Amino acid sequence: MTALLRFEDVALRRGGRMLFENLDLELAPGEALQVAGPNGTGKSSLIRLAAGLLRQERGRVDRTPLGLADDALALDRELPLARALRFWSKDVEDAMTVLGIDHLSAVPVRFLSSGQQKRAVLARVASSGAPLWLLDEPLNALDADGAARLASIVARHLASGGAVLAASHQRLPGSWRRLELGH
Amino acid sequence: MIGALIARDVRRGLTGAAWLPIAFFLLVATLMPFAIGPDAKVLARIASGTLWIAALTAALLPIERLIEPDRADGVLDQLALHGVAEESTAIAKIVAHWLTFAPLLLIAALPASALFAMDRAALVRVELALAVGTPGLASLAVAVAAVTAGLPRAGALAGLLLLPLAVPLLIFGAAASGDGGSAALLLEAAISLLLTAGAPFVAGAAIRAART
Repeated sequence: MTALLRFEDVALRRGGRMLFENLDLELAPGEALQVAGPNGTGKSSLIRLAAGLLRQERGRVDRTPLGLADDALALDRELPLARALRFWSKDVEDAMTVLGIDHLSAVPVRFLSSGQQKRAVLARVASSGAPLWLLDEPLNALDADGAARLASIVARHLASGGAVLAASHQRLPGSWRRLELGH
Repeated sequence: MIGALIARDVRRGLTGAAWLPIAFFLLVATLMPFAIGPDAKVLARIASGTLWIAALTAALLPIERLIEPDRADGVLDQLALHGVAEESTAIAKIVAHWLTFAPLLLIAALPASALFAMDRAALVRVELALAVGTPGLASLAVAVAAVTAGLPRAGALAGLLLLPLAVPLLIFGAAASGDGGSAALLLEAAISLLLTAGAPFVAGAAIRAART
């Protein structure tokens, strides 16, 4: 089986500071990897590098099509939630149901609470159909129910042959391989 | 995706701030006769130049909402992840901006021409010159918006960048508006094409360079 994401001897420099060097990682279908570490060790930068939004200083990054959930909402504030999500993907109902925001589909995005917005961002990734998910601090603003729904949607994605790379300093629900940065 | 992006930007423009530059254009055009005086001959002489100055300054107003909101909200990142090249995003932004800016400007030029007592032939020349020049102006606005996106005081900086670059367009656009017999319209079209062809590459590179 081929890896959905592969780092080979990757180094990343941000603002003149080397965040990490000689990083190798491989994410096979069905695998979940959590990048952990204290603030400022480059977890989010690693996610953005994996997404192809940053350039590595050295090494090689191979990736499959992916969905990214970070702090940015990327949904039109004035539109109802379902319509805003539909800009990115045709089939959003299922992901909205699994994340428990299907009853909000007619509510304009600007009226959503931050936890509901986080669920919307996760629904955008879940409905993308991409085999690789990149989640940056997915637990931020989520309540216990949201965390449980995140765990179930991740488990479903892994079972269907997808892979997830998440950056978080908290313990994520479910079983994750861990990669510690900043050691 | 490109079509959806254009439709989205046009919708957001027309339900939002697209009317502001047009109101500003008419305001500047209205101020001029007050400042110069009611001499119809003088007003007719300065009409085309004044309308072009008004159009240029009106083009500055929307710059801050062309690229920056989508950069800050992650829309540009998500578009890249959906396989849309930054240059294609820039083209979509240019088309959408032109669609929300140029037709309204051409309509606003009708009442503005009345303020300057322009005759029918002069009005046709101005409308033609504006129609030819606005694609270049819209492209320049998107490129400058992308270059200044995320910078502090981006609005003022954008004005300093855009106005000098728009000078060739102003020279030939105003000349074509004033004298229909000259080759000014052709030269204006050439400059407009040059700006339209170059802007997507400038804007695309700027969007990529602004990623952090």
